[in-house]
Amino acid sequence: MRANCWYGKQDVRVEQVPDPKILNKRDAIVKITSTAICGSDLHLYNGFIPTMQAGDILGHEFMGEIVEVGPEVHDRKVGDRVVVSFPISCGKCFFCEQEMYSLCENTNPNAWMAEKMFGHSTCGIYGYSHLTGGYAGGQAEYARVPFADVGTLKVPEELDDEKVLFLTDIFPTGYMGAEMCDIKPGDTVAVWGCGPVGQFAMASAYLLGAERVIGIDRFPERLKMAREGAKADTINYEQANVYETLMELTGGRGPDACIDAVGLEAHGTGAHGLEYAYDRAKQALMMETDRPIALREAIMACRNGGTVSVIGVYGGFIDKFPVGSFMQRSLTMRTGQCHVQRYWKKLLGHVQNGDIDPSFVVTHRMKLDDAPHGFDIFCNKEDDCIKVVLKP
Amino acid sequence: MATGTKKQEQGDAASGQSSQASPELVVKDGLTGPEAPANGREFGSGRRNALKKYVDEEQLARGLGWFSIGLGLAELLAPRGVAKVAGVRGNTGLIRLLGLREIAHGVAIFTHGRRPAGALWARVAGDALDLACLGAAYASPGNDKARLTFATANVLAVTALDVLCAQQLSAEPEGAQTERGKVPVNKSIVVNASPEEVYRFWRDLENLPRFMRYLESVKETGEGRSHWVAKAPGGSVEWDAEITEDTPNQSISWRSLEGSEVETSGTVRFEQAAGGRGTIIHVQLDYNPPGGAVGALFAKLFGEDPDAQMQIDLRRFKQVIELGEIVVSDGTLVGEGYTEQRPAQPLGVGIGAGQLQK
Repeated sequence: MRANCWYGKQDVRVEQVPDPKILNKRDAIVKITSTAICGSDLHLYNGFIPTMQAGDILGHEFMGEIVEVGPEVHDRKVGDRVVVSFPISCGKCFFCEQEMYSLCENTNPNAWMAEKMFGHSTCGIYGYSHLTGGYAGGQAEYARVPFADVGTLKVPEELDDEKVLFLTDIFPTGYMGAEMCDIKPGDTVAVWGCGPVGQFAMASAYLLGAERVIGIDRFPERLKMAREGAKADTINYEQANVYETLMELTGGRGPDACIDAVGLEAHGTGAHGLEYAYDRAKQALMMETDRPIALREAIMACRNGGTVSVIGVYGGFIDKFPVGSFMQRSLTMRTGQCHVQRYWKKLLGHVQNGDIDPSFVVTHRMKLDDAPHGFDIFCNKEDDCIKVVLKP
Repeated sequence: MATGTKKQEQGDAASGQSSQASPELVVKDGLTGPEAPANGREFGSGRRNALKKYVDEEQLARGLGWFSIGLGLAELLAPRGVAKVAGVRGNTGLIRLLGLREIAHGVAIFTHGRRPAGALWARVAGDALDLACLGAAYASPGNDKARLTFATANVLAVTALDVLCAQQLSAEPEGAQTERGKVPVNKSIVVNASPEEVYRFWRDLENLPRFMRYLESVKETGEGRSHWVAKAPGGSVEWDAEITEDTPNQSISWRSLEGSEVETSGTVRFEQAAGGRGTIIHVQLDYNPPGGAVGALFAKLFGEDPDAQMQIDLRRFKQVIELGEIVVSDGTLVGEGYTEQRPAQPLGVGIGAGQLQK
């Protein structure tokens, strides 16, 4: 089959690789009909996530048709049209029982690696380095899906791929980011990063009852999508001082909740320029792995007693964490890789009811063979690229 | 976290100091029994002592390496400033040379492997040179004696660290071995099952090769005895063992029979986790590394971090109990211990195509 493989920094290639086979009894093989490039794939693309190997197949947002099932798959059958959750979860361990699927204890065969990095391991993830298991990803024609009963959701035929594809990751991720804010009627929620996850965080904040949602970014097309797609107010951080603008908008109190949908490769210009240069230098010298510019600002801006929700991906260590602000002002921080399977049925309901059409984030559709081009324009924000969907 | 017990603590303390734990000190384990565990106990101190020396010298060496590079750069780039702090006048050329030497030492520490003893002894020689220069500076009337004394005291302190570190690095790394050469392994894991289920699985020793990667087979030969076969480079190693203690749903102990090629003993305890959250399995294993091929096998199996190797096996055990099989990924389809990885893409073979899961 054809698959998009990682070969090094900004080097991905679509190559011929062996077809996947059933390896465990609860596996299914899915023939992929749609697959997407995730913003977090760019962290791999830019070489910020360790333990990648040349030849690793990328991709953790994919859907398709089940073409083969292992002997212990009971609730899915050949022919089912399914979306696949990016966390690989066993459904039997302590964390799966608590519906904390991304913390599954059994699906990362390289847990020892993750323990060295994080102290404890998380679940396995498709196509996301060997630190999260070394599973082949879904930017391919076929994929092996372990624990198919837990890790797939059947989707109705009448909904197009693009309306359900994002149930695999970014819609639930944005939704969890908003849910972690514990939104109450009248709340103002600020969202750093108007990429696809940020868009869904903004839309979800409204679904959960926020009064006002403010999106922060620097790319006009993303800010426009935030205003038109997610119905948020926006701040362009290249043109305005974010902290001052947020204080102005909230009478000096600050947003009730702040969502970091940026993660470890934050940029900064204008007022952030010096800070960006500082973090960039420390990152280059390997004195920190992640650039927490958005996170710092989210903490400083959040109202006293408010919640900072972190769904942008961080991978290692940061510097100058404003712990004083965080502690003195009774802030709460909530984080996590999304427990997709906890949310996706409910979110599918929202799609079916017409509360939201997730396809509003798609800007580019191309063939799987064009994945390297997709990565390039997505990474460099060329051609107003926000979300790329690939068709095998 | 009640992951240790008095008994385990005793084992650790014994391994750290004396291999002869006096029998009357062995507290019969209360944790695995039906009664509630007593609180207010201290855990883990014996273990830390056992490993402390091994960890510290390598960290210290790296610290001294960075110190070398930092001081060297300062001497090279700001010789006047360094001279002022040290209370000496003038010779910036000499200070720059000393700086170059410092940087070379620092680089050597980072490029001579994990235990750069030679580089540390070179630092000691460099310290002697620094001290000689400082001594000579005392004789010169124009220098600030108070600052010189301060600088000399600092160099002496660093010299002491260098000597200590060099000495420790020069000694053979002992790993977690104790005085008798016994290597203790202590690890635990929580499994989502009752102590009864977990005990039943483990008590059938023939199940052990399903999750212990180094075992080829275990055959029960009757009367609590068993025959063990382990993988070895170019063949296998075999020994006989007997169960020495068997308390249903609580613990099992075994040891190799006298005269076996491999001298090993172990205990596994099954502790009901608090709040009905499954069972905590504590494994304690001791072995005497044998010589020759068998020794090489054990060195490979338990390597520098026997606890980590055991943790991998226990995680596999958890998977066998909770899921009935061991979870594999494309990247971990080769090698033992998952340290060997292949690209995360299909290998093109599936279930039944060989012992992929072993």
